[in-house]
Amino acid sequence: MALLKLKFPFQKRVRLAQGLWLLSWVAVFSGAITFAVGVFLKTELHRRSEVMHNMDIHIVPNLLMAVGLASVGINICAGKVCQDSLDPSRFPRWKTFLPPFFCMSVFLASLLLVAMILSYALQPSLEESLKIGLKNGIRFYKDTDTPGRCFQKETIDRLQTEFQCCGNTNFRDWFEVQWISNRYLDFTSKEVKDRVRSNVDGRYLLDGVPFSCCNPASPRPCIQYSLLDNAAHYNYEYQSEELNLHNRGCRQALVNYYMGLMNTIGPGVLSVFLLQMTVLVSLRYLQTSMEGVMGQENLEIETEGYILEKGVKETLLETKEKVMKIFEFAQVGDASATTPGADPEAAAAPGPATK
Amino acid sequence: MSKEIDSVPNMLISVGLTACTINFLGGKICYDCLDTTKFLRWKLLMLPYIICTFFFTFCILVGALMCYSMRNELEESLFQGLCDAMRYYKDTDMPGRCYIKRTMDMLQMQFQCCGNGGYRDWFHIQWISNRYLDMTNSEVVDRLQSNVEGKYLIDGVPFSCCNIQSPRPCIQHLITNNSAHYNYDYQTEELNLNRKGCRHALLDHYTDIMQSIGLIVLTIWLFEVSVLTGVRYLQTAMENVLRLGDPDSESDGWILENSLADTARYNFKIIKNLGKCYQVDDDPNIDVPSTSQRPHENVLAS
Repeated sequence: MALLKLKFPFQKRVRLAQGLWLLSWVAVFSGAITFAVGVFLKTELHRRSEVMHNMDIHIVPNLLMAVGLASVGINICAGKVCQDSLDPSRFPRWKTFLPPFFCMSVFLASLLLVAMILSYALQPSLEESLKIGLKNGIRFYKDTDTPGRCFQKETIDRLQTEFQCCGNTNFRDWFEVQWISNRYLDFTSKEVKDRVRSNVDGRYLLDGVPFSCCNPASPRPCIQYSLLDNAAHYNYEYQSEELNLHNRGCRQALVNYYMGLMNTIGPGVLSVFLLQMTVLVSLRYLQTSMEGVMGQENLEIETEGYILEKGVKETLLETKEKVMKIFEFAQVGDASATTPGADPEAAAAPGPATK
Repeated sequence: MSKEIDSVPNMLISVGLTACTINFLGGKICYDCLDTTKFLRWKLLMLPYIICTFFFTFCILVGALMCYSMRNELEESLFQGLCDAMRYYKDTDMPGRCYIKRTMDMLQMQFQCCGNGGYRDWFHIQWISNRYLDMTNSEVVDRLQSNVEGKYLIDGVPFSCCNIQSPRPCIQHLITNNSAHYNYDYQTEELNLNRKGCRHALLDHYTDIMQSIGLIVLTIWLFEVSVLTGVRYLQTAMENVLRLGDPDSESDGWILENSLADTARYNFKIIKNLGKCYQVDDDPNIDVPSTSQRPHENVLAS
């Protein structure tokens, strides 16, 4: 039983070919847009790559770029097939090309869905990667004289200023790390010595944050040192003070930003996928309905178009047999080339394989 | 920023809009010129159109030149504006001025600048509001009494002056006191704060924009001048063709029929006599010599 059979009179065929030609050019354009969106996403991820620990999330823009390029090629082909379909002399040359073309196109279009699903599924991985990356960034903030780490201070400062965030989860992350380098600490001073001795690792920890945590929207000049000491500042209470520093953590800010980007891109990718599938389905109908016309004298007869000639199960079995035959061919070819004496075994080999 | 500097973008916007209408009309006229019958429709309109376009082209040139010459006004305006902004930095509780602190901070961070001409401008004004000063503290009282106006002046700057590229955590208070910070010498320290003044940073930014715009507008002006010349030649040639009677014959075209001085003199005489026309009595028996003679009336009517 053919799958989704439809009748196609001549006029309907002509209109299908014309409409599909137009649609395939729209799909070329949308493929180019998908590629551009992939490039944009990749550059945005790359800009903050210094605070990310691994590059797992990059698979999403990579997929988008690859599928975008591929769909441009696929849809140009589809347009060409449409153009040739109404000319019975030119259409037969596409005959052997089209079945593998369809398989490959459906596979590539499904990659778009995969990309969309991955963009949501990889969110925990992104968050974890940012957590580790930011932790390292905060830890190496003071190492502006160590090669390989000297850019961390500027990166973290820029990040905190641009995304209006402070620390990993919140500003208290800065209290647990020594972010002032020993080069700028006066070790003869009693206060410094007390602080260094007050913890096991001998680190200079203080309840202060870098200047980039300061919130420009605060009505008072920024308080960045002695944050937990209400007496150190006039008219200041740290428990109720909300506007002095940025309240949210940089991890949350970055995750929100990237998820926002992907949520905006998601519906676009979905619509590109639907467009591509429409093009492929229409092309399949066009191909099958034109095959009915091939070899006939009257080109204006009514033919039938279908998605699959037989049902889904039968088509799968047939494809499996075809693939097996190709394998046998390869095996037989190898066997006859290498061991001529093994012919009887090679002859016996196809026997169980076809079952 | 004051209102005079707004004249440059305003002029460019209005000129751009007028250019659209004028050039569209010009295109329509030229399209109709190919057909002598249709040309008669536009005949009376063409000379006023050319005069309008001439003045308009002149305005474009003025606009382009203004892009290059307004630098001093811009600098003056920025100086005044930044002075005021720094003065009202602390007034975050006054309506109308409460956003100045945020604007100033964002500006200094975005353009990587500090103060008006440099960071020392912050030393001359009180940028910490009295609401956050402990008036019972002797140090605060000393500072307030140390100057005539009773302002709390310190050698410190807001956090937005901090340079992101500095290798050490930002020093924003006691900047001129070397002993207050370990391993610090304010005379040789270059990376701690933003060194550029915001006035220079903004001036550079806007001058760059205006220079590229000025270049584009000059190119458009050249284009407009060539269009104007073409339309003038077309107009005079079409009129001469109509005078000759044969649409396919060759005719002359010119920019001005006589020299510039003669044309100016002639038009000036016409304007002078416009007033006199209405003073003449309607009595046909009086022979009043009319000064506008025959030969030039055709050109006038065109």
